Amino acid sequence: MNLYVCIKQVPDTETKIKVNGDASGIDTAGVKWIMSSYDEFAVEEALRLKEKNAGSTVTVVSAGPDRVVDALRTALAMGADNAIHVELPENADSNMAAKAITGALKKESGIDLIFFGKEALDDGAAQVPQLVATFMGIPAVTVVCGIEYSGTTLKCKREIEGGSFEIVEVKAPAVISAHKGFNEPRYATLPNIMKAKKKEVKALKLADVGVSSSDQKIKLKNFQLPPPKQAGKKIDGDAAAQAKALVTALHNEAKVI
Amino acid sequence: MAKVLVFVEQRDGKLKKASFELLGASAAAGNETHAVIIGENVSGLANECAQNGANKVHVIQDAALKNYTGEAYSRALTAAIKSISPEIVLASHTPMGKELLPIVAAHVDGALATDCTSLQFEGGKLQLKRPIYSGKAIADVEFCGTSLQMATIRQNAIGLPKADASKTADATTITVDLSGLKTKILEVVKGNSARPDVTEAPIVVSGGRSLKAAENFKILEDLADSMGAAVGASRAAVDAGYRPHRDQVGQTGKVVSPSLYIACGISGAIQHLAGMRTSKVIVAINTDPQAPIFQIADYAIVGDLFQVVPALTNEVKHLKE
Repeated sequence: MNLYVCIKQVPDTETKIKVNGDASGIDTAGVKWIMSSYDEFAVEEALRLKEKNAGSTVTVVSAGPDRVVDALRTALAMGADNAIHVELPENADSNMAAKAITGALKKESGIDLIFFGKEALDDGAAQVPQLVATFMGIPAVTVVCGIEYSGTTLKCKREIEGGSFEIVEVKAPAVISAHKGFNEPRYATLPNIMKAKKKEVKALKLADVGVSSSDQKIKLKNFQLPPPKQAGKKIDGDAAAQAKALVTALHNEAKVI
Repeated sequence: MAKVLVFVEQRDGKLKKASFELLGASAAAGNETHAVIIGENVSGLANECAQNGANKVHVIQDAALKNYTGEAYSRALTAAIKSISPEIVLASHTPMGKELLPIVAAHVDGALATDCTSLQFEGGKLQLKRPIYSGKAIADVEFCGTSLQMATIRQNAIGLPKADASKTADATTITVDLSGLKTKILEVVKGNSARPDVTEAPIVVSGGRSLKAAENFKILEDLADSMGAAVGASRAAVDAGYRPHRDQVGQTGKVVSPSLYIACGISGAIQHLAGMRTSKVIVAINTDPQAPIFQIADYAIVGDLFQVVPALTNEVKHLKE
């Protein structure tokens, strides 16, 4: 099987976000970059499929500035065979990113499945998997936390609201976006990390994939930190008195119950 | 004033309240507000759309649309957009809307902003704000070109309109070709929870690792049930196995903005605050007066949740009597 996994590099979730000078984005100085955590489930799923299907290959793809090669190397160290880095400006939107990834994938042949994380931990847009699928002319099933494979038919367990699941049948080729619970991603071993450093990462420029700045459809601007909250009201007393005072305040003052 | 199309979501013949937020906001801004309902035998839901702000309701019904799939519903919504030619398309950022809208955006070459928490209309243009880094920052959305403006809006971010029960719908039907579909729903496995989802509930009662055991969440469930609330959890509580991941609030879980969020025994890690700081009123109950959660709490109770929470349940029951 020819398996593809598209990954994004994002700031570690511990990062304290600061806005940059002209409020056009965040201050990236000192940010620790990681592979977005839902993408790890996607990589793991592809690796497990490869291990069950002899002769399969796993190719990881990432679009972004040069730093994203580190995330590709993390995936190579986990066990991916090939890596493709597509150049993309720092603040590109979902449409432009999806066009770039699609351009890179269209250079490949015989794609069976394309995995993504269900959304990235930075912008949380949850757009690129569906956009790429549609640009490729194949279906997308998102927020998947389990798949039963039989030949080219996939039975996907997709999480929806209220603890419910849709069981979606889809035929390869398809795009699958991965959710927590899919699997337990492996850690890369030290020897594999060393080996991954020597592996070739194929580099594509924006022009190679037929993308230009006119593919950017939305821009985020005027970044702000959430307004600081006024100091709250401290409610004293024993538990019974606190409970009584709180319920009274929520009912009469905040009017939320 | 603009021509706005709202995707009104239904499951099992029941409309999602979040869709009414969008109809109401569009109507309140004086827009020509169109609703589209997609499903099987859903024309009976048209009046409810009119009562919540739709000037016109479009119905797309077919046996193949009984259950949602991104493939079938995207064909239907794309057909609606081509037939109605709106300037703006809105949907709620629900599990259905968040999968569907990007597929449709790719079909119609639209410009889509997802998970927006503020929605305004100005001279036919959408004015949106969206959180980024799960709410650690917020940014304005600028549409770069002349593509169709599309957005998904976070549930509960706007508030419900006042319904006018006297209205009936001006409804029309749109047909769509649904041949050759490659995905199908084999089954919808219903969650067994009688409580609302954390992303939909007007009130969320959340617990952290201080609950110490899965069975201790019973006291939070009792409080939640007394108010019709959802039960949420911090990542620490989910990782400890006290609650399923679907209840997790935070950067690697659900992002919520209920009118009331009650954090019980949650210290307030940066990832958790990101997931709930847009809640309108925040209550924190914690034994540690230095816990970061208190910095964003509107009401702070330094105390033992095992005593305070049951006392709260009693008070709420008392209030409702």
